[in-house]
Amino acid sequence: MRLLASLLFAVGLILAAAPARAEITADAAAKLASGDYDKIIVGIELVANSGDPRAIAIIQALSDGKLLAGRGDTLTIEESDGTLSDAVTGAALDAKPAEAKAIRLNNKVRRSLAAMLGRLNLIDADPARRRAAAEAVFKSRDKDSLAAIDAALAKEQDSGVRLSLAAAHAAIILTDSTTGDADKVAAVAVIAERGGQDAKGLLASLSDLSPQVQAAVTDAIGIIDTNLLAWSAVQAVYYGISLGSVLLLAAIGLAITFGVMGVINMAHGEMVMLGAYTTFVVQEVIRQNIPGLFDYSLIFAVPLAFLVAGAVGMAIERTMIRFLYGRPLETLLMTFGLSLMLQQAIRTLFGASNREVGNPSWMSGSFDLGGLSLTYSRLYIILFAIAVFVALMLVLKRTALGLQMRAVTQNRRMAASMGIRTNWVDSFTFGIGSGVAGIAGVALSQIDNVSPNLGQGYIIDSFMVVVFGGVGNLWGTLVGALSLGIVNKLLEPFAGAVLGKIIVLVVLVLFIQRRPRGLFPIKGRFVDS
Amino acid sequence: MTKTTWKNLTAGLALGAAAVLGSVTGAKAEDTIKVGILHSLSGTMAISETTLKDVMLMLIDEQNKKGGLLGKKLEAVVVDPASNWPLFAEKAKELLEVQKVAAVFGCWTSVSRKSVLPVFEQDNGILFYPVQYEGEESQRNVFYTGAAPNQQAIPAVDYLMANEKVERWVLAGTDYVYPRTTNKILEAYLKAKGVKPEDIMINYTPFGHSDWQTIVADIKKFGSAGKKTAVVSTINGDANVPFYKELGNQGIKATDIPVVAFSVGEEELAGLDTAPLVGHLAAWNYFMSIDTPENKAFIDQWHAFIKNDKRTSNDPMEAHYIGFNMWVKAVEKAGTTDPDAVIDALIGVSVPNLTGGYSTMMPNHHITKPVLIGEIMDDGQFDTVWKTAGLVPGDAWSDFLEGSKDLISDWRKPMSCGNFNVVTGKCGGAGE
Repeated sequence: MRLLASLLFAVGLILAAAPARAEITADAAAKLASGDYDKIIVGIELVANSGDPRAIAIIQALSDGKLLAGRGDTLTIEESDGTLSDAVTGAALDAKPAEAKAIRLNNKVRRSLAAMLGRLNLIDADPARRRAAAEAVFKSRDKDSLAAIDAALAKEQDSGVRLSLAAAHAAIILTDSTTGDADKVAAVAVIAERGGQDAKGLLASLSDLSPQVQAAVTDAIGIIDTNLLAWSAVQAVYYGISLGSVLLLAAIGLAITFGVMGVINMAHGEMVMLGAYTTFVVQEVIRQNIPGLFDYSLIFAVPLAFLVAGAVGMAIERTMIRFLYGRPLETLLMTFGLSLMLQQAIRTLFGASNREVGNPSWMSGSFDLGGLSLTYSRLYIILFAIAVFVALMLVLKRTALGLQMRAVTQNRRMAASMGIRTNWVDSFTFGIGSGVAGIAGVALSQIDNVSPNLGQGYIIDSFMVVVFGGVGNLWGTLVGALSLGIVNKLLEPFAGAVLGKIIVLVVLVLFIQRRPRGLFPIKGRFVDS
Repeated sequence: MTKTTWKNLTAGLALGAAAVLGSVTGAKAEDTIKVGILHSLSGTMAISETTLKDVMLMLIDEQNKKGGLLGKKLEAVVVDPASNWPLFAEKAKELLEVQKVAAVFGCWTSVSRKSVLPVFEQDNGILFYPVQYEGEESQRNVFYTGAAPNQQAIPAVDYLMANEKVERWVLAGTDYVYPRTTNKILEAYLKAKGVKPEDIMINYTPFGHSDWQTIVADIKKFGSAGKKTAVVSTINGDANVPFYKELGNQGIKATDIPVVAFSVGEEELAGLDTAPLVGHLAAWNYFMSIDTPENKAFIDQWHAFIKNDKRTSNDPMEAHYIGFNMWVKAVEKAGTTDPDAVIDALIGVSVPNLTGGYSTMMPNHHITKPVLIGEIMDDGQFDTVWKTAGLVPGDAWSDFLEGSKDLISDWRKPMSCGNFNVVTGKCGGAGE
């Protein structure tokens, strides 16, 4: 009888204890809802270690800012579409509990969340998430995740994920003071194999090592450093090309108006600005009406920016510039005044502060290529600049309008006597130059401020590129932009951004002294006219 | 470099237009008290200063609804110095000599403040300066309602040391006087705290710098030396948007390398998608997200006045709010708008700030403020994660710079000195 009773008692105990083991306790919930960052971190660990199947959902919601804490330590998950559910039970809710507010995080909490999510997501079905999880553990070096890493490593099939898991394993071994020297040396080899700045950072942070391990670490850092140095040279050139492509975009419209037509257009930068503001308006319209198309907003913005800036350009040419042909000083002053007027007009219309132009998702983030980290936005801008250049070249060389443009700029009177309406050609040429500046504005809105001052930052650089490349020569503009960009970026690490720019300017002045017509001067009879 | 001269040129040409604008708001009835507003409404600084003009108009309007001051109505006199530093001095002269204003609220950049100092000294005017600045100055006619370095930079560094265990520091700034002086103070402070020189990287960039690829890559490299790294940013205005975009794109997260900024507020974040920036920090004395009844009332009033409930409020706006209320209180205390009487009456005046406390004007013409550290949230606001226990009094002369650590400022009689040297016992700065 007594035996039976104690047996029953034991069964009862197990029954009572079993669910409690895999449940998020009131204590954990209270910690999460406490509002105190240190307590929240303890709460996160309690939830992560509870073994409850809802743990991942809760921690993910907390990390996304969707976990609400209400009166009586109730935890609610609010999805972005507004549906509510009880965090602990998963039951759907109709209304928010009293005083429910999103739990606030700080960086310390975010780090702890990333580490815990890493540990929990190691067995996710999606390889990309498993890999991200392994990388998170590599960063957190959380000793308690070692078992989970080893378990995942035993099962993992995907080779990429295996590499990340091995690195995470090695990172934990290295930072754990209790592991043996042989393990540590093996781990150093894994980290050295991985390479990159993260790996170097990890190795450099180690302290209190035995001489044997220390020697391995020093060697590994040496290898990684040599590797990084080689990549950093490639990186500087790539950054130079990227800066060059931005300069090219800004200058290429000017190469038409100033280079081909000879009009000193100080309002060129404002055409760029108009393009950027067109992008802003397009994005606003899309955001309010068809948010699903946001990723395509730039595709709509490019032709519109061309039309807007081109139309303004043509209007300026028709109403003002055509009366001032052959009077460069007056043109300069007039277009300068115009640029101020356009700026103030935009300031009155849109306000003085910056406008938010978003990056479409395909232009955000970066990817790694060898030791380089390339950002998508810059890469697309390089491609875009090349596309604009090729298109413009085709227009000039392969279309009737292009032929007429070249004819008019080479010899206006002869072109006129051949039946070309030189007035209209002038106007179209100016329109195309301005329109291309507008297109540049679409690209620049992705990397710079969209403010009334946007154009000012580029006008001097644009003139520099056009003059350096050789007035009247699109190829010169291309080479000029790229070489200025690369020289700037090669100088920057040694001289700093300020001095680097000064050196470039001085060199440019000296160069123009020697070769006033730039890199690729146009030869021929019409040059001196 | 090229850009600054360019901007000056632009501003120069805008001079004519501005002069016309300024003189429009002419004399009205005699029984008003005139208040001068000296903020750029055109040119590069318009982006920041236009808002401050609007806030001043709102505060003056509000005071008039309460019955004005000393039984008279207040009248705002708005001039536009067009982001042109010499024009600031001319416009200040016009306000003081032609318009005979009782007090001026204005200036943003340090160079504009320096340009008007002699005018205020000569004409014995009163200037309220609402922006955080590099310190190293205390002038009888100027009241500094923005933060001195010890009310912003030093507490921010302390926070990072204590809470993020930062050991390696990047001091990045725009190349002009505020970042250079602030970084000099910070460098001395960090070294005094035992940070090794090789753990400090200082980087300056030109105004409006837009290509941050190399510098962000350098920061990443500097941060991979195995010690926790943070960036202290004194990057100014327009250059911030491309800087933060590059940070986001190169994947530098706040959890790895946090950036704490002294010139980035709600207004600057308005031009940005802040989702990749969540967790980066800013140090100010006010955030729009502060949950106090005073702040709620202020924001409601602001939205009603500007007729746009999306507009943000920021730290310099709060500084004007405090400054204006202090001036009103001092004029009431003195019973006159006479500059000498008001300057004396202002010291010790205490008014509520928007963060739930009281700010007091100190004898060195700086005020007491709380220091807040906020993390950027994905809605473009800041979440206060840390706050000084009490109010921090503004220190005109830094304790961490040679030559300025012996100086104190006290404009009460009988000392009446902005740079009293406690070693030599003389008024007149570091010189013998």
